[in-house]
Amino acid sequence: MKLTKLTALAVTTALVAPAVSAQDMADEMTIVSWGGAYSRSQQKAYHEPYMEKTGVKIINDESSNEAVAKLRAMNEAGNVTWDVVDVVAADALRLCDEGLAMEIDPDEMLAAAPDGTSAEEDFGELLVGDCFIPQIVYSTTFGYRTDMVPEGVEPPNDICDVWDLETYPGKRSLEKRPINNMEWALLCDGVAKDEVYDVLATPEGQEQALAKLDEIKDDVIWWSAGADTPQLLADGEIFMGSTYNGRLFSVIEEQDQPVAMMWDAQVFDLDGWIIPAGLPEDRLNRALDYIMFATDTQRLADQAAWISYGPARKSSAPLVGKHAELGIDMAPHMPTDPANAQNTFLYNYEFWADYRDDIDAKFQAWLAK
Amino acid sequence: MSDVTDATTGKRAPTPDDALRIADSKQGGPVLAADGTPLKRSLARALRVQKLRALALIAPLLIFVLLTFIMPIADMLFRSVENSIVSNTLPYTTEALADWEPDTGEAPGEEVFQALYYDMFLAAEAKEHTTLGSRLNYENSGISSLFRGSGRSVDDVGEDQIDMLEDQGEHWEDPAFWYAMMSGDGGATDEGILQQQRQRLANLTSDNFGGEIGFIPGAEIAGILPRTVRAYTAFALFTAIADEDVVAEEEPWEAVKVALIEDLRTTDLSGYSGPGAAELQEAQGALADAEPISYRTAFEGMDKDWADSDVWRTIKIYSPAYTTGYFLNAIDMQKGPDGPEARPENQQIYIMLFKRTLFMSLMITGSCILLGYPVAWILANLPARSANMLMILVLLPFWTSLLVRTSAWKVMLQQQGVINDTLVWLGLVADESRLVMINNQFGTIVAMTHILLPFMILPMYSVMQTINPTYLRAAKSLGATNWTAFWRVYFPQSVPGIGAGSILVFILAIGYYITPEIVGGTTGTFISNRIAYHISSSLNWGLAAALGSILLAVVLILYWAYDKIVGIDNVKLG
Repeated sequence: MKLTKLTALAVTTALVAPAVSAQDMADEMTIVSWGGAYSRSQQKAYHEPYMEKTGVKIINDESSNEAVAKLRAMNEAGNVTWDVVDVVAADALRLCDEGLAMEIDPDEMLAAAPDGTSAEEDFGELLVGDCFIPQIVYSTTFGYRTDMVPEGVEPPNDICDVWDLETYPGKRSLEKRPINNMEWALLCDGVAKDEVYDVLATPEGQEQALAKLDEIKDDVIWWSAGADTPQLLADGEIFMGSTYNGRLFSVIEEQDQPVAMMWDAQVFDLDGWIIPAGLPEDRLNRALDYIMFATDTQRLADQAAWISYGPARKSSAPLVGKHAELGIDMAPHMPTDPANAQNTFLYNYEFWADYRDDIDAKFQAWLAK
Repeated sequence: MSDVTDATTGKRAPTPDDALRIADSKQGGPVLAADGTPLKRSLARALRVQKLRALALIAPLLIFVLLTFIMPIADMLFRSVENSIVSNTLPYTTEALADWEPDTGEAPGEEVFQALYYDMFLAAEAKEHTTLGSRLNYENSGISSLFRGSGRSVDDVGEDQIDMLEDQGEHWEDPAFWYAMMSGDGGATDEGILQQQRQRLANLTSDNFGGEIGFIPGAEIAGILPRTVRAYTAFALFTAIADEDVVAEEEPWEAVKVALIEDLRTTDLSGYSGPGAAELQEAQGALADAEPISYRTAFEGMDKDWADSDVWRTIKIYSPAYTTGYFLNAIDMQKGPDGPEARPENQQIYIMLFKRTLFMSLMITGSCILLGYPVAWILANLPARSANMLMILVLLPFWTSLLVRTSAWKVMLQQQGVINDTLVWLGLVADESRLVMINNQFGTIVAMTHILLPFMILPMYSVMQTINPTYLRAAKSLGATNWTAFWRVYFPQSVPGIGAGSILVFILAIGYYITPEIVGGTTGTFISNRIAYHISSSLNWGLAAALGSILLAVVLILYWAYDKIVGIDNVKLG
């Protein structure tokens, strides 16, 4: 396995120069993604133009949810059938650590911006880890029912309003894992924003966060699928709940529900591509060719016309236009829009890679109590 | 094979085995078959052919079951104790750690850090160090980034001394010079070192690292510079096989130079006259006054956690190739300084989940019996035409997707759902105090009872169909009340159906995963949800395997207990 990976890497460096001829590339590729509206946005912005340009057949697989486990199983079986896989950055880091994803060289494998800025600079700090190719910035944030805000009260605009059951009665929904919830709890328990992770690294800090979450535990419905909160909001089961901002966009703008966004303390996270380690040469060339195409400035901006996630390149931001079907301006719906991004977190990959197992054990034990 | 019974008489038909026995028991000379061979041999041959034919008939199934069922289970059992990754990635370190006493609370000494340097360097070249980091991070938070970070800066160790060495002349950066010196230039060679390093790399990367590499270490130089030759051989193997480059054309790694600097401090070069002798003496002289490389300081400079004895204790505890650690973890224990100990209370979860899974599976089985029995009774006692109609009603949900049914229960049970709306409309429940019927144990039990009900009704129904209705009439004509007739005559005959249904439902319920995940909230989830989490999210497959093995053992024990108490013969599917 390792051998082929390294050979592949060596070959890559030699071949990334634009001179790869079409004969050396596979004419079929399997792309793994999340399904639903997200896959559709990729289909429209990346797959269709690419298929038209090259005549390649793209097979979609909607397994991103379990991509890490499946890739590991495929790798152990010595038969990796995926060519390009869409994962969140935390999973990319894990895959990279496990040696299941190929290391990338941004400047060689990704297109430069139209004004000549190198890819490395254009993506900037969003290039987390050695294997991850960022695609979009999304955020986990709150949506609330506008018709359930009590009369004479300002709608919630502060993360700590989640804890304010008196002013804003009604159930909340939070994700059934410690990530994000622990940070928000500490933030509302008086911990300064830049000290959150120092505190959370200590057992006392973890206890403190759980104690804060205890205050609302009886009024929380815990979700594990991104579609849960939008559904609970639409059914009026909850007053407010956390989920991905694109899901809320679709509840608000596409389904026209009485729901609004609360952007305070939204947590930015990244989603993007990885190429599995150990692909045969022709498939690797195809995957690299696709990546080069699908992550250029225009393509990333095109995707934003289909879903309200921010493109990962700085150079794509000015190109973001209107929604392809609804015709509304997309910029104000982007998590990265200055009006929305006044108080934000960036998912701390390094911290959670270290503490995820430990804190998750405590969190689950606390949940089950 | 030897127990074929005749359905009408209940007598056993004679089998070749019997004939064999008879032939065996005959006194006197051998009985001969028609063709003159002894009857015994002839029969044995017939029997063997028959057995082979039977085996050939079941072979496809046997192979299928072996490949898809027995082997995965064996693999899972193995994974729950397998732990060779630590000693494969850090072979020299685990060896050096054997003498270290964790109780002192001090990080180990210089020699362990030196061993760690060589291990870490090679692991980082092969990109295996992060895998080990993730493995050890399950036991001690923070090791993941410790390994990731150290792997990045391990090639900076001994920078100053390497610079001093290279200042002695360009030859120290010349691949050909190194190659000539290390291979002894035609002198005696030492295959043993090559084999050892080949094995080390094979263990590390799980590739076999076989094949010709165009380098064999020289025997003389190996005696004088043992560390250097060892490091260079590893470098040569990796260069030739993993990178597919020519050894003699690549400059050796920093680790090789560090090894040389280390060797030059102690070795005696006076008797050596092979390739590079003059340069070696020159370098030894120049480096005599250089400060020795402090590996410990270097590693602590990368990350202060290397000074933490807890990190080292974790590495030492998990050095053996097999560990009970996963199983201890699966029963809320951990390996402490003085053997196994309970985990802190705020991390205990698995025992509770096992108990909950058993308890709720029993509840579900119980409610399936209560709800299913009358249905099966009616089905069995209706005329065939109407029974078939009703049967479709039982089977219809059985044919509907599991997810659809579970989601339907969500719509029914939630606070703004159909049941609550109806109750509020009827005035039975106030609008502010709607019942909480989902995202808890109640929701799981209701949804799973509904989903598993057909598995209870079908065996009950087929058993009840075979109960002759005249028995009931006979009991009543002898003066029994309806209840006595049912309880003393009918019910005992339907027990095998209940038994079969209960085993089916219970064993299906104990491993259920999707329904508790969707409607179980926090108090209605099963152990299988944690197993799924460790398989697909945390990638802690060892722990998942240990949890799965325990679950398997619990089911087998319950099955055994059932056999002892009720008797497995007393189970009928029809």
